[in-house]
Amino acid sequence: MLLQIENLRIDGTDVDGNSVEIVKNVSLEVDRGQVLGLIGESGAGKSTIGLAALGYVRPGCHFAGGSVRLDGQELVGAPVGQLLDIRGRRVAYVAQSAAAAFNPAHRLLDQICEVHRRHGLGPRAAAERFAVELFGKLGLPDPERFGQRYPHQVSGGQLQRAMTVMALITKPDLVVFDEPTTALDVTTQIEVLAAMRRAIREQGAAALYVTHDLAVVAQMADRILVLRHGAAVELGETRQILEQPREDYTKALVSVRRGEHERHGGHERSVVLAVDRVDAAYGAQQVLFDVSLRVERAATVAVVGESGSGKSTLARVITGLLPPRSGQVRFGGEVLSNDLAGRSKEQRRRLQLIYQMPDVAVNPRQTVQEIIGRPLTFYLGMRGDALRRRVKDLLARIELPAHFADRFPGELSGGQKQRISIARALAAEPELIICDEVTSALDPLVADEILNLLLRLQEESGLSYLFITHDLATVRAIAHEVVVMQRGRVVDSGAKDEVMAPPFHDYTGKLIRSVPEMRTDWLDEVLAGRA
Amino acid sequence: MPDLVRLIGKRLLFGLLTLFAVSVLVFIGTELLPGDLAEVILGQTATPEAVAAIRAKLNLGDPAVLRYWRWFSGVLVGDFGNSLASGRPITTVLLPRLQATLFLAATAAVIAVPLAIALGLLSALWRDRTFDKTTSAATLAAISMPEFFIGYLLVYVFAVQLGWFPAISRISPSANFGQKLWAIALPALTLTLVTTGHMMRMTRAAVVQVLSAPYIEMAELKGTPRRAIIFRHALPNAIGPIANVVVLNLAFLVVGVILVEVVFVYPGMGQLMVDAVSKRDIPLIQACAIVFAITYVGLNMLADIVSILANPRLRHPR
Repeated sequence: MLLQIENLRIDGTDVDGNSVEIVKNVSLEVDRGQVLGLIGESGAGKSTIGLAALGYVRPGCHFAGGSVRLDGQELVGAPVGQLLDIRGRRVAYVAQSAAAAFNPAHRLLDQICEVHRRHGLGPRAAAERFAVELFGKLGLPDPERFGQRYPHQVSGGQLQRAMTVMALITKPDLVVFDEPTTALDVTTQIEVLAAMRRAIREQGAAALYVTHDLAVVAQMADRILVLRHGAAVELGETRQILEQPREDYTKALVSVRRGEHERHGGHERSVVLAVDRVDAAYGAQQVLFDVSLRVERAATVAVVGESGSGKSTLARVITGLLPPRSGQVRFGGEVLSNDLAGRSKEQRRRLQLIYQMPDVAVNPRQTVQEIIGRPLTFYLGMRGDALRRRVKDLLARIELPAHFADRFPGELSGGQKQRISIARALAAEPELIICDEVTSALDPLVADEILNLLLRLQEESGLSYLFITHDLATVRAIAHEVVVMQRGRVVDSGAKDEVMAPPFHDYTGKLIRSVPEMRTDWLDEVLAGRA
Repeated sequence: MPDLVRLIGKRLLFGLLTLFAVSVLVFIGTELLPGDLAEVILGQTATPEAVAAIRAKLNLGDPAVLRYWRWFSGVLVGDFGNSLASGRPITTVLLPRLQATLFLAATAAVIAVPLAIALGLLSALWRDRTFDKTTSAATLAAISMPEFFIGYLLVYVFAVQLGWFPAISRISPSANFGQKLWAIALPALTLTLVTTGHMMRMTRAAVVQVLSAPYIEMAELKGTPRRAIIFRHALPNAIGPIANVVVLNLAFLVVGVILVEVVFVYPGMGQLMVDAVSKRDIPLIQACAIVFAITYVGLNMLADIVSILANPRLRHPR
């Protein structure tokens, strides 16, 4: 066996100096020429395991137990000299962001040949010839001179391939790929994946392929190890994991990734939320007429309409804030009480809400810790250290540093406050989050970041969103299905690609044509068309 | 490459503009203050005849702009006028003093800069180990003490108790290089102690900062030994900040040594300027100020240019 990891435990320290288990008793084996995929959400410990294959732990972490053996040679606690000899020569590493992992001060070829030289693998000229050969194989332009460039002089996709060359230059037995295509565009990713796969197959190298994307790992790996919170969930052949996942968590990962394809194929998916023929009114004035919609697991349904179309009222009905006159709301198969008081704590937990105005949706006199901690205590009964740890985890998931826990909302930007709202909703571990115009109060770039965050969270956790918005660009960016509302009625609904493409429903078409386009004569054209 | 030339050209231009602005400020500060300059120069001994003589000598009757231009055009060709106190051309008064100051500064720099950078790199290499902590504590202690105190301390130990070096740094004109070095040993050592801590700590901080970059982890994962990581991977990326702090200290060695010169009775620029102020020798004060400004601005410009040259993105544009 080339690489054998047994009962590996790695501990780290968080900002407060508390010990955290990052990897919990994970075992795995990789034989020569094999590719093992490590998959999981952020915080699953997959990168940490990948680095452990080089006998390396990040600063602040340490091996707490178990063993990592390369060809029978123990790496845990091995002397520095022995590790230096193995790193780069027998086990090579390809980092997530090549742009950050190449030293800006040196030419690419110098950095690539450095590995060769450090390990005394022969004259530099031979290394250069091999590098040029690999440049060519990985489809880099002008292989003869490519290495003379500095990292900032080539594109991200090229850098990522150059880093693969740096890994392969010593003909290692094992290559650890740590999310090597995450930082790339989708189109670039395909080329890089293909190039990397060809290269490792030609060298007969084994590989650990770390990623959060099942579809990517499916292209690369023979077997897949699914990880969650630092522990192994399921290990199996790639085909088995994709087609017959055994564990619930794996099933959720698979179904999230399948998402769109299944919908196009018309498969029946589990419905999280169903609103059936709801009528609702404020006093005598009826605002919702016979509204029905469905939200599937891990899907996003956008409710669009102009102001006064009843979309926010719909949210109030679903959350139980406004009991409907008739009709019902079903959630995960159960019929929800019309009235909030009639709903169980568990039912409330599974359905969370994020508001339009982050400024007023968080209590300015509570710290972030208290704001996010409240639902954790209320729904999940968390207290003390466990509570603090979870708040930190949640801050990490929304990409804010852990020390934000002690800040007050007044010290945060609008986008950061909205992230806090998202974390507060996530804290309850909901199945569905209703997002009520969550980006309309934010600057466009910040709004885009928030949308990307929501998309990522959905990809990681299989969340469903009911997205209330008036902004069609947002709909295009995130929705799987669209429900168009006008004066309290659903006038059009269906898959995004159908609703948002011709032939349009009358009202939908009008909405779409009303979105200003980025050219100066747009308004003239619209006006001329109307005349 | 044209980008680089343009950037450096811009820095040079800004440097010259700054010097011009400084010359205006120096002129305003010395000649255009409220009150009659001639009376200020003469102080309590001012008799009407003496005041009139000074006014005529300095052309105080002319408009300020004209006087400034006359002075500035002289400065441009190295003519600062004559000293009021001795009547000799300022250049002949100033040059030997400037040489003395530069000699002391250069000696201190030759010791302090390599020492500080080496200590900084070693501290970064052995971060949080005994060497790092000891160096940090020692240098912190050295920069926390006022330089005149360090100076007197060194005099007490090396001149009075041990008798190795002279307590007063007089250099006779006939002294050879070795004798000169011997004469300035204590002030040079004082300046070294004062500046090394600052430079060493900034070097360490700059390198440690770079050490958290992903490419450092990558270098470790390539099997690069720690020493090579510091020198090959971290140092080239820390040159900008290091150059800045070095230059700041070099500038201090030239313009900030007055106290040390006084302690060791060393005939440098600092002493000269202090004397000029007490004698109200306005042209000499102006000349000293301009020389200090040129040193300061010039060195900072040098640091900017080094930073630009150390950045591969600017050296090798896409």
